[in-house]
Formats: sequence, C-alpha cells, structure tokens
Amino acid sequence: MNVHEYQAKELMRNMGLSVLGGQVAKTVDEAVEGAKKLGGNIWVVKAQIHAGGRGKAGGVKLAKSLDEVKLHAEDILGKTLVTHQTGPEGKKVLTLLVEEGCDIDHEYYAGVVLDRGTGKVTMMASSEGGVEIEKVAEETPEKIIKVAIDPAAGFTPFVGRKLAYGIGIKDANEVKEAAKFFKGLYDLYMKYDCSVAEINPLVKTKQGNFIALDAKLNFDDNALFRHPEVEAMMDPTEESEKELEAKEFGLSYISLDGNIGCLVNGAGLAMGTMDIIKLHGGEPANFLDVGGGATKEAVQKAFSIILSDDNVKAILVNIFGGIMKCDIIAEGVVAAAKELGIQVPLVVRLEGTNVALGKKLLSESGLKIIAADDLGDAAQKVVAAAKGEA
Amino acid sequence: MAILINRDTKLITIGFTGKQGTFHSLQSRDYGTNFVGGVTPGKGGTVHEGFPVFNTVKEAMEKTGANAAMVMVPPPFAADAILECVDAGMPLVIAITEGIPILDMVKVKAALKGTKTRLIGPNCPGVITPGECKIGIMPGHIHMPGKVGVVSRSGTLTYEAVYQLTQRDIGQSTCVGIGGDPVNGTNFIDVLELFEKDPDTEAVIMIGEIGGSAEADAARWIQKNMTKPVVSFIAGASAPAGKRMGHAGALIAGGDDTAEAKFKILEECGVTVSRSPNELGQKMEEVLKNRN
Repeated sequence: MNVHEYQAKELMRNMGLSVLGGQVAKTVDEAVEGAKKLGGNIWVVKAQIHAGGRGKAGGVKLAKSLDEVKLHAEDILGKTLVTHQTGPEGKKVLTLLVEEGCDIDHEYYAGVVLDRGTGKVTMMASSEGGVEIEKVAEETPEKIIKVAIDPAAGFTPFVGRKLAYGIGIKDANEVKEAAKFFKGLYDLYMKYDCSVAEINPLVKTKQGNFIALDAKLNFDDNALFRHPEVEAMMDPTEESEKELEAKEFGLSYISLDGNIGCLVNGAGLAMGTMDIIKLHGGEPANFLDVGGGATKEAVQKAFSIILSDDNVKAILVNIFGGIMKCDIIAEGVVAAAKELGIQVPLVVRLEGTNVALGKKLLSESGLKIIAADDLGDAAQKVVAAAKGEA
Repeated sequence: MAILINRDTKLITIGFTGKQGTFHSLQSRDYGTNFVGGVTPGKGGTVHEGFPVFNTVKEAMEKTGANAAMVMVPPPFAADAILECVDAGMPLVIAITEGIPILDMVKVKAALKGTKTRLIGPNCPGVITPGECKIGIMPGHIHMPGKVGVVSRSGTLTYEAVYQLTQRDIGQSTCVGIGGDPVNGTNFIDVLELFEKDPDTEAVIMIGEIGGSAEADAARWIQKNMTKPVVSFIAGASAPAGKRMGHAGALIAGGDDTAEAKFKILEECGVTVSRSPNELGQKMEEVLKNRN
C-alpha cells in the first residue's frame, strides 16, 4: 500500500525524524491559509499524488509570496499530472502540501529496502540526492552505499557511521546527525512493516541539520492487519475502483490494455495465461487470479468486473483445479452468464479437481461456450474469437 | 529415493483442526502419506478425525515420531508456528500459508541458520513424491511416479507442468513448490542441488516468475554445477513493470528481473527455455529423447 508524502511525513514526525513544517490543503483558500500559518516568506506548493517525478511534471512549485502560493495552488489543484510513474493517463491532483522553505547545502539520498537475495533489510545512502536514484545505480553504482542489517543485531551504531562517512560527510557533528536520521528511518521501516522507505532528497541545511525534503513510504499489504493507523491512510481516489472491488471478494485483479478478458486461478498460471495469449498474437485485458478458495459469488463478481471493461471482446476462463474445484467455477460461470447476459465469446478450459462435474454443468447449461482441451488450444481459440473469427 | 519426502516420512499438521488444515491433512492421508496427527494449542489431548491432537510441536514429535510438518496456520500466527517447529528440531517444515508479513519471514530466515530444519515455502503448494508421499494442497491424481524433478515458485503453474508431463507418460521424482514470496526458506539452487544428487532424478523442470534474481542465480549455478538437463519457463513476459502480479514476489522492480532478461540468462547458461507455458511437457520429452 502507498501513502501520500504528507502522510509519510506525519509518521516520520511521530518517530522524531526531521521534516519541514507543512499544511495540507484541499482548496486554494486552505493553501493560502496554510502558508500564513507556517509563516516565513518562502513556501513550496506540492501536489499530493502516489507517483514520483512530480517536480518535472509541474506539480512542485516554489512561492515567494502569498500571492504566488495562491497562483500555484490554483494551477496545480485539479490538474492531471503525467509523470514517468503515472502512466499516460496521468493522475489528478486533489490535495496539496504547502511546506516552509529551507536553506539547502547538499542533497543526499537515503533508502531502506528488502534485499531478496540475502533476505535482509538493507539500508542505502548516496551523495547523489535529488536525482533519479535508478540512474545513479546504473551509471555510478559505487556512489550508493549499502549495509545489510543483521536481523538479530539490528541497526548498530557502525551502520550509521558507515553510511555517513560513505556519502562523504566528514564533520563529526554532522556524521552524528546523519547517523541519527538513518537509524530513525530504519526504526520507522521496522515499526510499520514498510516494503520501501525512500527519502530523496535528504538535505543537509546550511545549519548542518538533516531534513527529509521528500518522503516515499510503501507498506507490506500482508502486515496491514497490525497497523490500523496506516491502513486508515489509504486514499481510495488513488486506487483503481475495480481493483478495490475485486479485493473485497478475495480476487486479485489488474487492468491492462488488451481486449481478451482472463479469469484464472493462481497468480503464476494467470501470468502464464496472459503470456500465452500474447504469444498467439492477442492482448490480455487483465490479470485476474480468483485464488484458491473462491466461491460461486466471487466467480460471478470476477465476470462482472471483466465485463465492465468495454474493450473486452472475448473471455478466457482457465482453471487448473487444486484447492479450487472445477464445479464451483462452472456454477459461477453459469450464474454470471444468466445474470449478466455475456455477449462476448467465452472460451473455457477446465482441468483438475472435479473436472468432469464442471464440464457437465457447463454443457447442461445450454450456454454458448467454446470448450478448449489444453492451454495452447484455449489461447488459440480465444485469440481467434477476439478477432471475430470464431 | 526422490528428494525431501518419501514413504518413510511421518507428517503432522500445524493448525490441523482448522477447516483447511483438516481438509488437506485428510487429502494427504488419502494419497498415502503417513499422516500421524496434528498440533492446535489448547486442543491437546483430543482426537480429531481419528488422529491425536497435541498442544506443542515438541510433544507431537515425541509421541508420534513425526519428521515433517505442514503449516496451515493463518498468516498472523504462521511465522510463530514455523519458529516453534525450528525450536522443536523438526527436520522438514512445509509452510502453505499465504500472506505472511515479509518482516516476519526475515526473522524466520535468520532463525533457521545453523539449525537442522529445512523450510519449504511459505505461500507454496507443498511437496509431492508421486506414489509415495504428498504434503500440501496440490491435486494428487495428476502426478505419476517417474524421473523428472519439478521446482517452481507458482502453484497452479506447477500443476500445469506436471499435467503436461503425465499426459506424455513422463513421471515425476519429486515436485517442490518453493513459494511466491520474496523471502522463503528454500530457493531454486537448494532444490536443484538435491535433484542433482538424487539418482532417481534424470532431468528437471524449473518454473520461475518475474521479480527478484533467484532464477538468474539458479541459471549461473546450473551452468557450473548441474550435469542433468533443465527445462525452464518464466511467467510474466506480458506483465507491466511496477505492478504486483498476485504474488508479493512477482513485481518487476529494476531491469534485470523481467521475464525476457531471465529467459536470456537461462539460455546463456545452457538451460532449455520454453517461452510458452504450454510447451514444458513437449520440451522435456525432446530433452529426454536426445539424452537417451
């Protein structure tokens, strides 16, 4: 799960990490009021969307007067920002963060991730902050300092020193300050079950303080049950409506650009099904894993979600029953067809647990179903059907 | 012979008395697995479906002689159940549970070091040695005993591969699901090493996914150490970057964890690649023919 910058900073502030004073605004008036409350004579107006690259897209602007705050707020609020992370459709800005300015001496990068190779939480820091860290990793990987944290020992003082010295900080007091920041970021990551914590840039002010200018936190969905305060930060306007709807029924759905709807059990097989559709010259309209314990109702819901996509020209149901029983799927298919009146060609491939019963239910239903023998046959038939050749 | 489990394996289920725990324990028994009981704290001393229930893993091991445990405990308690197995000295733990918090698994992985416990999973279909022993949630009837080992990050895609093999009369020595989570107990290389040493395994199917570097690491290991042929498929060539495809681990993060990058390195390392999930059986058939 993702949160907005202002929410991430709220969590950081509570953990004692330095962030700038800021006010959240949903309207232009609130933005100006917020700036007044903060005081000073320089502010930054920042679009709050779940994507990086906001600055380049015109979503972050410096204001040197309250009039400029007003102008920028008017400009950014309601605007659709297109960045390298939003996709071509972009994201509409509904919330602003107005922050006080600060005197920047140097921009660094700090991050915490899970290294899958070692199975350890890993801290990263770089002297090259304020730029795309992926680029730094590619061009000058030696400029990213990494320390894998031993799960038993945790974050011991050397970790902070290694990172601070590694990114070129020399002054004894500054090393101490930077190390304190790294430790705080690690503690935050562990406390809230983050999957990514990234501060880019982490700035050193001319006064020698370390402050998070931006903050990106992602959380492990599997651990949200023990962090209700984080779960409450979910912004439904940032999530796809259909994906949320699917989640409620235990379905894992991701919308794609093609025209062949897919209903599959198991994440691996769902990906494999998309792959084979593509190999046969088709384009999948979605990823949909009904999971292992789907009910008839969940299968019905899956169909209604797939069919709500107007691009869908044909549907492929590919089930390899393990825990999932083929007859349950068949019941769901029949119920959905009756309720929703499926108008597009439907190719069904069933295999595994209770396959005979499932096939019987389908053939007795009187539905127009194109039966497929195996995965290859199914892919071929659904691609032909989507092209109107069935 | 096979690997990990066989006729002599004695199984208990942690979380036996739950709905899923009961169903899959009995399915395993029906397949022929030597299932000897279960653990549910608070229900020790009772009998469930004709099998004894114990309060602790240690007691269950002492009383039944169990040497393998299937973990069917809900996600918030699953890591604790695995750690209890480690503490009791259980040699083999197979964790089926999907949705365990990643940081829980980071701790479990560290706790496993230096112990005699091997953990398979979590978030996996389990392990089956056809005709001998099934521990997990896979449909037993699609398997047949034979000489091809299967190792996979995905559940249903493993069934697909096994089905294609069985259709061609190619049996399996052991099928191992290592799970779709970013941190797991046993990786591809661990299982490949076991297959390489197993006299009953002639060739291996390896099924990977987008995300992470486990397949690339395995490819390099195969090139250096494996004498037996390997056929491989990577799921997710059509997946967009930055979107998690169901499994927590199936997420393209950088550039070298795409399906294409993995296919490439597998080919470079001498692995037979199947770009379609429908050709795994056929490719294995060809590989075995060329070998004989």
